[in-house]
Order: sequence, then C-alpha cells, then structure tokens
Amino acid sequence: MKLHLRSEFIIGSVLLLAMLVIGTINPAFWHLDNIFNLLRNNIVIGIMAMGVLLILISGGIDVSFPAFAVASAYITIKLVVFWQLPGVLLPILMSIIFGALFGLINAFFVAKFKMIPLIVTLGTGGMVRGFLLGFVGTSMININKMPRPLIDLSKLEIFSGLNADGTHYGLTVLVLFYVFTALAIHFLLKYTMLGRSIYALGGDPVSAERAGFNIPGIQTFIYCLAGALAGFAGILHNSLIWLSNPRDMMGFELDVIAAVVLGGASIFGGKGTVLGTVLGVFMLVLVKNSLIIMKVDTTWQRVVVGVIILAATAITAYRDKKTNA
Amino acid sequence: MNKTEDFISLEHVHKSFAGVHALNDLSLTIKKGEIHCLAGENGSGKSTLIKVISGIHAPSEGVIRIGDKRLKRLTPKQAIALGVQVIYQDFSLFANLTVAENLALNTNLAQNKKFVSWKNVYALAREAMAKLQIDIDLNKEVGSLPVAQKQLIAIARALMFNARLIIMDEPTTALTGKEVQVLFDIVRQIQKDGIAVLFVSHKMREMLDISERITVIRNGIKVAEGPTTDFDEKLLTYHMTGQEFTNEKYMLEVDAKETPRLEAHNYCGKGFQNINLCLHKKEVIGITGLLGSGRTELAKAFFGMQKDTKGQLLIDGKQVQLSSISEAIKNGIAYVPEDRLSEGLFLSQSIKRNILATTLDSGDSSFFIDKKGAAERATRMVAEIGIKTNNPENPVNTLSGGNQQKVVLGKWLLTNAKILILNGPTVGVDIGSKAEIHKRIRNIAQEGDLAVIMFSDDIHELVHNCNRIIIMHKGEFVDEIPARAAEENDINNRLKELV
Repeated sequence: MKLHLRSEFIIGSVLLLAMLVIGTINPAFWHLDNIFNLLRNNIVIGIMAMGVLLILISGGIDVSFPAFAVASAYITIKLVVFWQLPGVLLPILMSIIFGALFGLINAFFVAKFKMIPLIVTLGTGGMVRGFLLGFVGTSMININKMPRPLIDLSKLEIFSGLNADGTHYGLTVLVLFYVFTALAIHFLLKYTMLGRSIYALGGDPVSAERAGFNIPGIQTFIYCLAGALAGFAGILHNSLIWLSNPRDMMGFELDVIAAVVLGGASIFGGKGTVLGTVLGVFMLVLVKNSLIIMKVDTTWQRVVVGVIILAATAITAYRDKKTNA
Repeated sequence: MNKTEDFISLEHVHKSFAGVHALNDLSLTIKKGEIHCLAGENGSGKSTLIKVISGIHAPSEGVIRIGDKRLKRLTPKQAIALGVQVIYQDFSLFANLTVAENLALNTNLAQNKKFVSWKNVYALAREAMAKLQIDIDLNKEVGSLPVAQKQLIAIARALMFNARLIIMDEPTTALTGKEVQVLFDIVRQIQKDGIAVLFVSHKMREMLDISERITVIRNGIKVAEGPTTDFDEKLLTYHMTGQEFTNEKYMLEVDAKETPRLEAHNYCGKGFQNINLCLHKKEVIGITGLLGSGRTELAKAFFGMQKDTKGQLLIDGKQVQLSSISEAIKNGIAYVPEDRLSEGLFLSQSIKRNILATTLDSGDSSFFIDKKGAAERATRMVAEIGIKTNNPENPVNTLSGGNQQKVVLGKWLLTNAKILILNGPTVGVDIGSKAEIHKRIRNIAQEGDLAVIMFSDDIHELVHNCNRIIIMHKGEFVDEIPARAAEENDINNRLKELV
C-alpha cells in the first residue's frame, strides 16, 4: 500500500503537527519534564490498547478490560498485603494470571457459544466489578498500606534531571514495560502464524474456517491474552499512582477503544497495527493532557473522546469504502 | 474403460440428510486432466456432491475409488493430499490481506508453520503467479481488486497444493462476458498441466463451450452423462428440469388509438437523454445495452430514484413527475431490482411479511393494520405465483433464488401496479424457475392489463418474452426491433458493433 494512504502515516503526521502547534503556543511543552510525563501517561492505556487491538483485529470488541484490570490488581494487592508477599515480580505475575483467568470467561462465551463479544464483555465487565465490590472490598488501599516494592518500582528512573527551580524530574522504568509489550505484540501479529490467523479471522471468518484455522482456539487465546494485558496494566497503574482503588478506571474503555481506532484499527475487524495503536494512544494522551492544561472541565473531555471515536471511525470507514470499491 | 485414465470415481453413492435423499445411487467418474461439467438446477444435489468429493460429507453408501484404492469416504485432509481443491463461489479470500499473503497463507498453514517469513511469503506468491502466468501487484489488498482478479488469485492459490482436480462452484456468476473468456483460457491452460477441472454450473451456453464431458443431475439422481458433443441447449434444459420448454415469442398487436400506459417525451436525466417511449398495456418491452449504456439509470428514474429529470412523462395520458419512490408507487409503478437480495427483500423475515411489505400502508385505510385481511392476501399471492414452500411463515432466505424472485414479484403485484419494471429479472435464477417467472410475467401483462419493461443482459430472455426490444447506447435509444424480426445472434451482433 502506498505510504501516504497508510493510517500510521496519517496519524503520525497529525500527531507531529499537533505537537508543533502546541509547542509553538507553549514552548514549555518541549521540556523533558513534560515529555516524560506524557510518556508516563501512555503506559497503562497503551498496554490495555494492545489487548483491545488484538480483539478488534479478530473482529470482536472488548469493554470488560478496565474491570478486569482493576479487579486483578486490587485482588493481587490485597493478597500481597495479607500474606506479606515480597518483591514486584510475584505481584505482577499474579495480576497477569488473574487477568488471564477473567479473559478466559470471555473466551468461553465467545468461542464456545458464539455469542456477540459486546454483550459478553458488557456482562462479564459488570459482573466482575460487582463481585469485586461485593466480596473483595470497597475501600481504597492507599499509600501507607501499599506494598513498598511496588511504589519503589515506579520511582525507579531511566533518565532524570533537575528543573531550573531545582525540582526533580525523571522517566519511570515502567515505560520499558510498555515498550517491550508493544514489541512483543508486534512480533506476534507480524511474524507468527497465530498473529496472521487473527487477521484472517477478522477478515473473513468463513474463509478462515475453510482454510483450516482453529477459530475457537484463536479466540480463546486472544481473549485470555487481552485479559492478561489488562491485569498487567492494572498492577502497573496502581504502582504508578501508589494506591489501589476498586472503583478506579470507570469509563476507561471508551478512551482505550478511541485510541486504538484512532490508530487505524477497524471496528469491523481485520485491520490494525501496533505502530498505529502506539501513535493513537499517544495522540489521545496528548489531547487529554492539553485539555487539562487548558483547564477544560472533565465532562467536556468525555465529549472530546466521543468525537475522536466518531471521527476516527468515520475516516477509517471512508478509507475502507474507497479501497474496496 | 481404461481405469488408469480415471482420477476419481464415485460408485453408487448415496447420501441422505434426515431421511431425505440428497444423492441417490449416483456414479460419477472424472478422468485425469479433463474438463468435466456438473450440471444441475439449484437443489439438485450439486453442492452435496462437491462436499462428498472434497471430504466434507461422508456418503451413507457407496464407494469412492481413486487409483487402486477403494474408500468408504474421504476426509478433508485426505482430499487435499490427493490434490482436490474447491474454489467456492465467494472465493474464500481474505479481503483485508495482501495478494501475496492470500496466496501463501493456506500453504503455510498446511505446512504447520508457526512463524511467518515474509521472504518466503513473497517467494510462494510469485511461484503461484508464475504457474498461472498472471501478474497482479502482490502488495495490493485483495479487497481492492475486481472480481475477475480475485478469482484468478483463488485459482492460483488452489494450484499451490499440487492440485489434480479443481472444482469450481458457479465460477462465472459475477463475471462479464469478456472475463468469462479469460477464465476459460485459464481453465484450458490448467488442463494442459494434466489437472482436471470440474465445472459446476447451471449456465448452459458456458457448459457447452468449455467442457469435454457433461454429467447432469436432478434431484440427486444422475439423469444424463456423455461427451459434450452429445448435448445441445435444448437437451440440457430437458435433462436439468425434466420438462420441455417451448420458446414461443410474445407477439402482440397494439391498438395504437388507445391511450398509452406510459409515454415519455424527450425524457432526460443523469445517464440518459432524449428518451422517447410509448408503451401500451399488455406490452412487454425489453431494453438492453452494454454496461454503462444508461439503462440502469433509466430503470431507476422510472421508479422515482432520480430527482432532477427533464422532459415529459405521462401515465395513462396524465402528466406525472416521479421524484420519489413513494410517488412512483402511487402512480402505479412497480420495480423489481437487479440485486433482489440487497434492494428488494428482508431476508430474515417471513415470506408473508415480505409480500406484504409494500402494501401494508396502502392496502388499509385505517390507522391499524388489518392483520387478518393482510394474511389472506399474502396466502393467496403465495399460491397464485407458485412459490414453493411448505410454510409461508418461513424466512425468505430459506427459498431458492428463483422463488425469492417470485416473492419480490408477488409483493409488487399486490400494489395493483399499472407498470411493472423488471431489472435483470432472472439473474442467477435456474432454468426451471426462469421459465416459470417468464410465464407469470406474460400472464400478469395479459390478465392484469399491465405494461412491462424488462431491462436485461439476457438477449435470449428478451427475444422470447418481449414484443419489442430496444437497444440503448450512451444514454439513448439507438435501435428498436419488433418480436417477429428479433434474432438472438442478430441482436448480439448489433451490440458488439456498438463497442
């Protein structure tokens, strides 16, 4: 496909333009302090977006992942506190496994009963949130109860420096987690048969079946992986904000789906790339960040995100119509 | 018969679904490297037979013989290993992937690869293209290609698996005449490599053109078999349908003094201009032309689907302006679209509801729907136009193409139309239903005092059903031929001269 038609190129250009405009209006934008902060805000949305990307490419949709992220992380941290578990590796692994198990519920209904993913994930998302508040707990685990290693992890910095006024800034090591996740998903999608089978499934399920792909197997894999990524994002989120709140991430699904669609993935399946998604996530974070700096009310931020979804979907639909004419 | 020449033989194969015989004592032999036609109407058992050969269905009785082996059944894997490849009507391609990946994906999957080497993908794709001697941009998305190229890719992909027999299911449905010729050249080229082709179709001219041998099945039973030279169109039709069809032309003396049903004077619009037409009741006229001749635009304009038309249009001597569909319906115009699936029917709704769809608000004067009356009207219509179903409450997508077309027809007949516009009335309909639809159209015109305009590519259909035929070119009427002078070859030649 020609370069200028690729959605990555378009979103990349728009992103660059937006950064130049914002940077001209407010030169402080280019300061490393701000750039690091932007990158930090990419981590959680970005990792969840990778899961959503997989599911969108396969022709499905997922709205349960914020619930899974919150539940996996909150249960993990409760257990870590209760059993006095050490380190960061174990909690992260636990949260990933919880997430994958939640994902398995989605997979069961989608792959086995061929139910519509939107309905399934609406149901499981609501259910998991309800169980979490009903059986696990309703109170926040705040900084004085949070496991120290998790807090210390987010304080670890790859780069750091001092502002002119002497205050400290730095880039958290958790950014690397996002980078590695994105690279791994990119490799999966581009260089494995399993990855290509996800595109095939999203492109034409009947043809994929005739070609001999194991469709329920593929679906089980992606819904579990998306759950695992949500669990991963959830625990990193808590590490970054130094607390765990069972009522967190309400309405997050809209932001993440907006970012993925903005990155060129098709709501109708079969299309999408990791690079596009990374750019889409950055764009969304940039927009939301700018809105906050401009002191726009949070309710209006939801309007903006909604508009982004509509605009991005309209553009991709138009693109598909043109190429498939 | 020399058995070493045979590639695959089915011997006395039976297959039944829930007690219904889909295949009944059927024997079929496909020789190595031959082009064999499997002819039959919709529902004759063609698809079941394909599925037995490709290993999807196990026969209930009978033997499949390949070389010296005699097997009870094939599995899909065995069939592929033996070199059996099916090209489905929809090609089973992935529109969202590139040409290269479409060509290589199935091979990589069959080899149980876990990782993708893109170098290998392109190498495989180039190899596939070379085999067919075709050249399509490997980086293009398949969804952006025209149908004919998609088909070539599907064929190229099939050849990747050391194919010995390629089964093509209704391969010419979506192709233009020229593209069909290209396809036939490719099929003959494949044959030179010793690959047999089983051509599954119900289009007679094409079958007689391409094949060397023909097997005709009807209701799961083989009714005829032999070299193509033994068959002609009439005989094939007889075997496929079990009936003889007389091709009587529709001759009609029009009373010129009578007020015409439809008159057009210098009627102009997008895609057509200077249309002058005088159409009387009981007339069935045919309008044909090449692709882009403007006939589809004209058909749609008559049905109020074009807003800004110029010139005069009179119905029963009264001037009308048809700028919306509802106005066209009000003025007594009924329209059966070319693509009945997307334009004319609600597929998942019942037959009854579909028939009533256009009349629910015009049939009743009251605010509420007269359910009982409506149901009676629908049932009467189902019987009148001969829709084959055991329950009119069944959804329309359970019907065959021909019967679906009858539903569209019936729907419009209930509107008490004066002018019936048919756009490609029998596209994709098999011969039996075709003849029946033609008979109904004549009856409707005669008994209902209707004027019918038939827009069609099928010259054969026009010659035998219209009392005059008009040829359209570049948006204008360029020729008119009365039924008694109409000859299929002559009209085809006139059309060719227009290119």
